[in-house]
Amino acid sequence: MFLKLHELGPGALTITIDGVSVLAEPGESVAAVLLRQAEPWSRLTPVTQSKRAPYCMMGVCFDCVAEVDGVASVRTCLKPVCDGMRVARPTGKRRIRALTD
Amino acid sequence: MAAAVTARRHGLEVMLIDDQPGPGGQIWRSVEKAARRDDILGPSYVEGRAVAEAFRASGVIYLPGAQLWQIERGFRAFVSRDRLAQVVEAKAVILATGAQERPVPFPGWTLPGVLTVGAAQILLKNAGQIPTGSVWIAGSGPLPLLYLVQFLRAGGQIAGYLDTTPTGQWRAALRHLPRALRASGDLVKGLGWMAKLRTSKTPIIRGVIEIEALGDERIGSLRYRTRDDAIATVEANTLLVHEGVVPNLHAALSLDCAVAWNSAQDCYAPIVDSWGESSQVDLFIAGDGAGIAGAKAAQLRGELAALRVAVKLGYTSEQAVAAAAAPVRRRLHRELAVRPFLNALFKPRPQVFAPADETIVCRCEEITAGEIRALAAVGRPGPNQIKAATRAGMGPCQGRQCGYTVNRILGAAQNRPLSEVGFFHVRPPLKPVTIGELASLDQSATAGPKSEPHDRGVTVNQGQAE
Repeated sequence: MFLKLHELGPGALTITIDGVSVLAEPGESVAAVLLRQAEPWSRLTPVTQSKRAPYCMMGVCFDCVAEVDGVASVRTCLKPVCDGMRVARPTGKRRIRALTD
Repeated sequence: MAAAVTARRHGLEVMLIDDQPGPGGQIWRSVEKAARRDDILGPSYVEGRAVAEAFRASGVIYLPGAQLWQIERGFRAFVSRDRLAQVVEAKAVILATGAQERPVPFPGWTLPGVLTVGAAQILLKNAGQIPTGSVWIAGSGPLPLLYLVQFLRAGGQIAGYLDTTPTGQWRAALRHLPRALRASGDLVKGLGWMAKLRTSKTPIIRGVIEIEALGDERIGSLRYRTRDDAIATVEANTLLVHEGVVPNLHAALSLDCAVAWNSAQDCYAPIVDSWGESSQVDLFIAGDGAGIAGAKAAQLRGELAALRVAVKLGYTSEQAVAAAAAPVRRRLHRELAVRPFLNALFKPRPQVFAPADETIVCRCEEITAGEIRALAAVGRPGPNQIKAATRAGMGPCQGRQCGYTVNRILGAAQNRPLSEVGFFHVRPPLKPVTIGELASLDQSATAGPKSEPHDRGVTVNQGQAE
């Protein structure tokens, strides 16, 4: 697990990961926040539903992709946090929702 | 950034399309914001701040957080940003896509807790955070040494460094040493890092040839084997791996730029002239995307490319540019002097390219080395047949993590030279694009008259600092 070298301070903001509120710092990436959690993973793979976590942090491995504010397949390593951001970790194959959903 | 600033200085209209959220690429990632980490990251990192400032002040049209998902000759670039797509037209394009770390498949490399050394360094730059618990680093090259020094400065505790550099390679490197001494600054820096590691009493295990990450939902331990057949299993909460870097080629390959196999660096590199112009007219490649030469050389190559674009578009004369380029070429020559030495000293161990059968090669589609080997013997398939048959290279990363391994496995199984085996065909979209983004493109095209084509040079930056 990763730990910050400094306290978050008064400028901290809040994002939610699968509905749970966590603190973050302006300017840092969503993936950096994911890696500080007790369960530091970012997605379940579509093929075997195995856990993956951010791996390259520069946008070339796509293992950190998650749903951010309703947009699927966002590379969280390149996405800076903002207050109130909602992150949902993908759990396997994507399904097409019914129109009534 | 160097290319964009140079082109602006000559009066060109320049747009920079950046995959990253801010200027600086990977070498200077988050450089505008990370001031409080300056002591840890060191002076080479801090230098980037002035470069970013000059870039911001240059009048470049800057699109950060922009995904380039298609580029056509002519040139037309399709870019998505903030959920909207747009078309950008330009007379010349400079690709400054930088490098990515060479994919290192081994059993367990997909487990949470296994990251690249570069990733850990980005987390230090971007978020000021370091791994805790039993932290191991495994690999070879300058970056693990640099990160180790920064990690120790930050107060990190290291369980050990598994040095995978093949022992005895220094002998082959030695003949390049006289030339490398011309760039003695880099060598002194490297020796400084090694001295720091010695005084820190970091446990270093040399001659490591195989590693394996063990765990169920995340890494809990790792097993390694040395050249002398010593095998050990140790507790591990984080494993950082690194086996050198390779050019980020996808945009260039999608435009059919000619590439050649570079055996000294174990990768493909685009064929470019002394200005960086590729086999496609008016398409330039600068920085590590044109072959690994480091961050300083990347800036110089960016300047050269921009100078040539300025001539080709009629903004300056051949004579003026020849005079401006001469000192840049001299500095570039000095920067390149250390490369043959580094290439020989840190040539990756053969095991990097020959993963065991059970190893996942394609992280996205979870295809193993064994599955690819089984097909390799049937009718001499190339990488594209392997892709069609197994889906390796078809996932979201589009072969960025498995392309070279597929190339190597086929080359070994079919006894063919790697240059002949080739790489996946790279096709758009280069990055995932949503239906909504495609729809927004149609609206913008029909919403009003398109602006006239104009003198615009485009720099595309997706990787390291340029």
